[in-house]
Amino acid sequence: MNVRRIDPYAERIRRNRLHPRHQEFARPAWRWAGPNGVTRIDPHAIGALGPNGIRRIDRSGAVVETQPLASSPIESGPSRRMVVIDDPAGFVMVVPECPEGRLSDHDRDLFGLARQLADGQTLAVTAVTFQGAVAGLEEAGADRWIDLSATVDGDTHDPESRLAALVSVEAAMSPRHWLFADSFPGGGDLGRRLAARLSRSSSHGANARAATRVWQVAEGLALSRAGDRQDIQRELPRILLALPECAKPVSETRHEARLVSIDAAGSKTSDMTAVGVVDLGRVAVDPQQIPLSQAPFILSGGRGVGDWAGFHHAAEVLGASEGASRVAVDDGNMPRARQVGATGTFVFASCYIAVGISGAVQHLQGIAKCQRVVAINRDPGCDMVKRADLALIADGDAVLAAVCERLGQPRAAEPSEAVSEAGSGALSKEERYHDAA
Amino acid sequence: MTPPDAAACPVVALVSSGRHPVSGRPGRAREDARAVEMGLTLAGARLQLVHAGNAEEPVLRDYLGMYHGLDDAAAQGELALLPMTPADDAVLLLATWLAESGCRLVLAGQRAECGEGSGLLPYLLAERLGWTIVSGAATIERIDADRVTLLQVLPQGQRRRLEVSLPCLITVDTLAPPPRQSAFGPARRGRIQVVDGLTAEEDSASGEWRWQPARARPKRLKIVKSGNARDRFRAAAARSSAGGQVLTDLTPEQAADRLIAYLREEKILSEEKILGDEMP
Repeated sequence: MNVRRIDPYAERIRRNRLHPRHQEFARPAWRWAGPNGVTRIDPHAIGALGPNGIRRIDRSGAVVETQPLASSPIESGPSRRMVVIDDPAGFVMVVPECPEGRLSDHDRDLFGLARQLADGQTLAVTAVTFQGAVAGLEEAGADRWIDLSATVDGDTHDPESRLAALVSVEAAMSPRHWLFADSFPGGGDLGRRLAARLSRSSSHGANARAATRVWQVAEGLALSRAGDRQDIQRELPRILLALPECAKPVSETRHEARLVSIDAAGSKTSDMTAVGVVDLGRVAVDPQQIPLSQAPFILSGGRGVGDWAGFHHAAEVLGASEGASRVAVDDGNMPRARQVGATGTFVFASCYIAVGISGAVQHLQGIAKCQRVVAINRDPGCDMVKRADLALIADGDAVLAAVCERLGQPRAAEPSEAVSEAGSGALSKEERYHDAA
Repeated sequence: MTPPDAAACPVVALVSSGRHPVSGRPGRAREDARAVEMGLTLAGARLQLVHAGNAEEPVLRDYLGMYHGLDDAAAQGELALLPMTPADDAVLLLATWLAESGCRLVLAGQRAECGEGSGLLPYLLAERLGWTIVSGAATIERIDADRVTLLQVLPQGQRRRLEVSLPCLITVDTLAPPPRQSAFGPARRGRIQVVDGLTAEEDSASGEWRWQPARARPKRLKIVKSGNARDRFRAAAARSSAGGQVLTDLTPEQAADRLIAYLREEKILSEEKILGDEMP
């Protein structure tokens, strides 16, 4: 008796190209490239038998049978084409902001815009940085790189010496365009200073009037936001201050970022006589005074928090702004203004610690832009644990108490002691922090 | 805050006409109103307002209406008006007036809400006058004979303390203290003084610009560049984050250690906390 026996599981896996074990069950290739580059097809191996014995042919073009999973382009990323410009006709200068010494998304968009300006006419995109080592300029799209960290201190806010260095770069290279990120007090400030300085010299004159808040460049015209719901369309000026997402970042090519040295020493000596702006350093800001949408570090509590006094103490010890889930707010443990999520405030923190929050959809939407999420929860299967970069399966109250203890500031247990502690604590807090509101 | 010596350092605020962000109704510009508020806190009724533009602008009275609640109850506001048409260049007029007035501290908003709104004017003024300029002030803490100490707004709610040499031009951020309301009486009593004798020049740079109603900016889509459907589908179906480390069976102390180690690794706990840990 000749009965076809089909393993339905194996067949299903064979048909489902997305199944994790698909490679084990996949048939040998039905199409391959022969030794001379001719495509060979095995007609008997095409397709797979369906559940009712009918052969099904997949014509989507995916040749999954021959490829091992590791060489999938999603994991490795598409390989980039190397572009080298040896003899440029001119330069497009990009001054990235590099917050924390890394290129931001805004900076990559700027490089994308610079490539858009440079590519038709073999201009070299040149990055001008004030920090020493900036990684990723090759992938961002810089052909040349001018490192001014020797003449300018990149860590302190010294706009005048930065401006002097840029003016010397301008004198040495006379670039076609300058691109800045239009954000205060970084690139927006520096770009406007340079525009004002260059407008003084008669050779550039009116052409040096910068286009600010540029959000699109198309067909040689820059489109920039003006006041009162108007846009201005104009010829490309020399200096552009662009908004985020002004152009697509470079994704297909790779550039050399060749180091170019500029003699900026002369500018340093000339302007040292009168320093107008002196940086006295950062001011400690009370984290509870920072608006929740701007806070860089948030400690957020939900239903799993039982000891709210301990939670507040932990937030103070860690120096974090306090947030809450909707449940905590509805129960009256936190004010409504502290609610995080789609129904509260969308937050953009660089670190978000969720204590006892299981992760409702609205809450996860609210923290979608947070860079790092830490979850402390007793339930290992909850959605917040899946979202988190670091998940600690433990009791939130106990962990926070242990954190305060480890940091050398355990909470006073006695209520009478706590009252006196609170009085002195409030005084020292006022001394320590500047009022951010 | 140390009360400044107003005779040695007259304070001037540049004001402009504003638009409500939602209704589009004319009114005080938000940042300019904050600059006036800051000036009133510093100099009281001796704050001088300047506007270059249309002499019939009704909004200017709103700024004069902010002269209340001051030490001198009978004080009234004064605004110098430099008449010009919208096509003229305000930089030249204001620079001439400021150079003649002898003031040493000028407050302004970061960006106008009408017209070009580029925020370039304070920089061009400072360049022309040879003054120092600082952008994004939140508070002015102290004014000495030749220096001003102020706090500058940084992203993520942070502040930076700067010391600026006088004479200087300070632009005020939206995060500065909110302005007081404009009252009707002071607005009526305030004087608008039209300054004659200054000739405006036409702004040559803006001649060829095309003005058009602002378009909504296109939202950026997540585009997966891949040749075959399988990869595109997998990229679309993939979770945005690949999932992190999950640590189970921890005592609270171990969990606390892991958390502190993680925060230090990501440079979120400051150095001060690390030092405090060693010397409790």
